Amino acid sequence: MVYLTRRAEFSASHYYHNPKLTPEENKRLFGKCNNPHGHGHNYTLEVTVRGPVDTRSGFVMDLVELKEVLNREVLDAMDHRFLNQEVPEFRNRIPTTENLAIVIWQRLEPKLKVAELHRVRVYETSDLFVDYYGEL
Amino acid sequence: MKAHLTRRYRFSASYRLHSPAISYATNRRVYGKCNNLYGHGHNYALEVTVGGQVDARTGMVCDLVALDEFVSREVLGRFGHENLNRLAAFQNMVPTTENLCTEIYRLLERGFRAATLEKVRLEETMMNSFEYYGPQAAKGVASRE
Repeated sequence: MVYLTRRAEFSASHYYHNPKLTPEENKRLFGKCNNPHGHGHNYTLEVTVRGPVDTRSGFVMDLVELKEVLNREVLDAMDHRFLNQEVPEFRNRIPTTENLAIVIWQRLEPKLKVAELHRVRVYETSDLFVDYYGEL
Repeated sequence: MKAHLTRRYRFSASYRLHSPAISYATNRRVYGKCNNLYGHGHNYALEVTVGGQVDARTGMVCDLVALDEFVSREVLGRFGHENLNRLAAFQNMVPTTENLCTEIYRLLERGFRAATLEKVRLEETMMNSFEYYGPQAAKGVASRE
């Protein structure tokens, strides 16, 4: 089994707000991140897939294909977007780094046929990142 | 759904590696330049990983403000700009980065309640880093890779 990681970068804006809570509770829980006009980050995404090395190609999976899936499923949908408004999963889910990692996993996992998705890592900044391994 | 969050911090400290249990010559041989009588220092980078279910109310694994406050008080406040050899924790323990890493794990495990601690990773320099998953972590459990 060999693990292959592909890195991508995207920039997006978001804000944290739970409509079930009062404005005061939202402010207390989310602080500056509760500003409804949003704020932004340069996200770094690392996607790790795993599988046996194909004897014919020497690949775990074709990197071009992985890049295409990443572009189509993640970057086209999220790069230079306001996550709360423009990514359907975040209409009813707060776009925290945790949920971003989960949503990216849910978008990629069904599209990967050759290799198995192992980990999605999302850096919100260089000092904060979340790993999701598909655990329930 | 279970996710794992890692937060990175920095602090600087000085120390000397010297064990009173062995001779001066052996100390010199084992610890080399790190045995220098007057000590030396590093800019450490600390990574704290916590894990747990993503809270449906907040979308988070852990209250980041609580984590930052705890680490700032109990770790950065305790070790930042200190001479490690002078601290109580290292009176009977050589302040290698391995021992500092497990000591930081113990401090977090003992006092931090807002999420489950999974790993402490400590970079001594860009070239050396150490990871500790706690005393119960069996070989192979530690890493998902």
